[in-house]
Amino acid sequence: MTNATDFSLAELVIVAAAEAWRGDGEMLATGIGPLPRIAAGLAKLTFAPGLMLTDGEAYTVEEPIPLGPRGDHPLMPSGWMPYSRIFDSVWSGRRHAMVTPVQVDRFAQANISALGDFRKPKVQMLGVRGFPGNSVCHKNSMFLPNHSKRTFPEAEVDVVASVGHNPSRWPLNANRKPVDIGIVVTNLCVFDYNGPNHAAQVLSLHPGVTFEEVQAQTGFPLLRGPNMHVSAAPSEEQLAIIRHLDPSQIRASVIKGNPPGQKAA
Amino acid sequence: MNKEMDAKSVVAQLRDGMTIGVGGWGPRRKPMALIREILRSDLKDLTVVAYGGPEIGMLCAAGKVHKLVYGFVSLDAIPIEPYFRKAREAGAVEVAELDEGLLLLGLQAAGQRLPFLPTRVGLGSDVMTYNPCLKTVRSPYEDGEELLAMKAICLDAALIHVSRSDRLGNTQTDGPDPYFDTLFARAADRVFVTAEEVVDRIDISHPHLAKNNLFERALVTGVVSAPLGAHPTTSHDSYGWDMAHLKTYGASATEEGGWKRYFDEYIAGGEESYFDRVGGRAHVSALPIPAF
Repeated sequence: MTNATDFSLAELVIVAAAEAWRGDGEMLATGIGPLPRIAAGLAKLTFAPGLMLTDGEAYTVEEPIPLGPRGDHPLMPSGWMPYSRIFDSVWSGRRHAMVTPVQVDRFAQANISALGDFRKPKVQMLGVRGFPGNSVCHKNSMFLPNHSKRTFPEAEVDVVASVGHNPSRWPLNANRKPVDIGIVVTNLCVFDYNGPNHAAQVLSLHPGVTFEEVQAQTGFPLLRGPNMHVSAAPSEEQLAIIRHLDPSQIRASVIKGNPPGQKAA
Repeated sequence: MNKEMDAKSVVAQLRDGMTIGVGGWGPRRKPMALIREILRSDLKDLTVVAYGGPEIGMLCAAGKVHKLVYGFVSLDAIPIEPYFRKAREAGAVEVAELDEGLLLLGLQAAGQRLPFLPTRVGLGSDVMTYNPCLKTVRSPYEDGEELLAMKAICLDAALIHVSRSDRLGNTQTDGPDPYFDTLFARAADRVFVTAEEVVDRIDISHPHLAKNNLFERALVTGVVSAPLGAHPTTSHDSYGWDMAHLKTYGASATEEGGWKRYFDEYIAGGEESYFDRVGGRAHVSALPIPAF
């Protein structure tokens, strides 16, 4: 497997995000947004063949569906997965989603509902959607295309849509299941919340990015993970699969300016 | 037995202050012909319960809404419904923003005539903060787990769009996903359906599609013939959403007096004029169903 030298940051992010599903076995994998969706397809077509994917509407598929117009390719469903069964799957726990929140805090609590005061929001966003249930029932990873102190604030997120490791939010007698946070992939790095007491720790830095830069763009303290390294460049094989899953280059529109994966020396 | 009626007669059965559930999901299979008839009426102070699409924005814009109970309000390609956003940012409506699954459980509890259903969904999140009426309950078994008790969401009426219905109230809903129309129907005292086609006897004309029947006819109070009546939302397997029209509608939310202009141009003149204004029935019936 040879590493490519010419690739975009979005392609590097897809490869890093696919790692979220490594070792998941037979699990419903949902990548919400273009890069997580391509990443889930890449994981399935390379190291995680047991993953179940959907067509984004109401069926499970064994071949990941490329983004964009479907052309003459007929839908080849392997099963039926309408929304009611998505909830059954969510509540059973056999799902691992990668979501795209607007804010994520030190507790891994995430917000897609509204900015400002919920009662009269400065910006109404999507609403909590399925985040509360997803976060208490199954594993969630996250992708944020714009790593900054606005997206990773110093204080708690404005509205806690998905729960994290914040004990003060829970009813006194609730038997809390441990919240299962996978990885957080951004345009700068990959981190998780598996440091001491669920502290955020950086697992890898994208090429040319320093730990100090990431910390300066993050509102809460980060730790250096024990094996912190440089995020892996995509291989030619991985790039070929990414091109197959995204023939119309929708991935180029996700990260501002579609920068290259290697910073110019 | 003949449950066929027109949209006006349905709206005449609705009262100010009622809690009304709307079937469908975002810009998919919304009973828009009935929504437009409500917009033309003087009905007001409604509590509207939905996986919301354009119906929520329009009812807010027209000042019909006292309270919204929703899992989301979206036009898909326009992620946040523009008039919903406007109403929220002005603090103009009371809301119960619920996890999509909590909405499901609230409707299910109502349909089963239960006061609540227990769940972990919502615990630890701001859904509990901003819906202080939600309480918890302790499991009576060894585990003793404290769970959220999702309160039943009882509906005075549910409005649902179907593919076809007969005059007895037997319905069929085509397409890949029934969404939660079944639960809306069961949670409501009265169910009014709009149908792409009304047939005499569905058992005689479409017996092979019986699995597309989502709820039994005893639940159905009225049947309205409304071909293309889900426009501008998708009605599987007949026509797709009209994103160009939804964009025109959405853009009006940012214009001074935009709603009045939209209402006057498209809705005020009745359904036949509506279809003339949006490009004709042939145009609507040819709108492609989107794939993802």
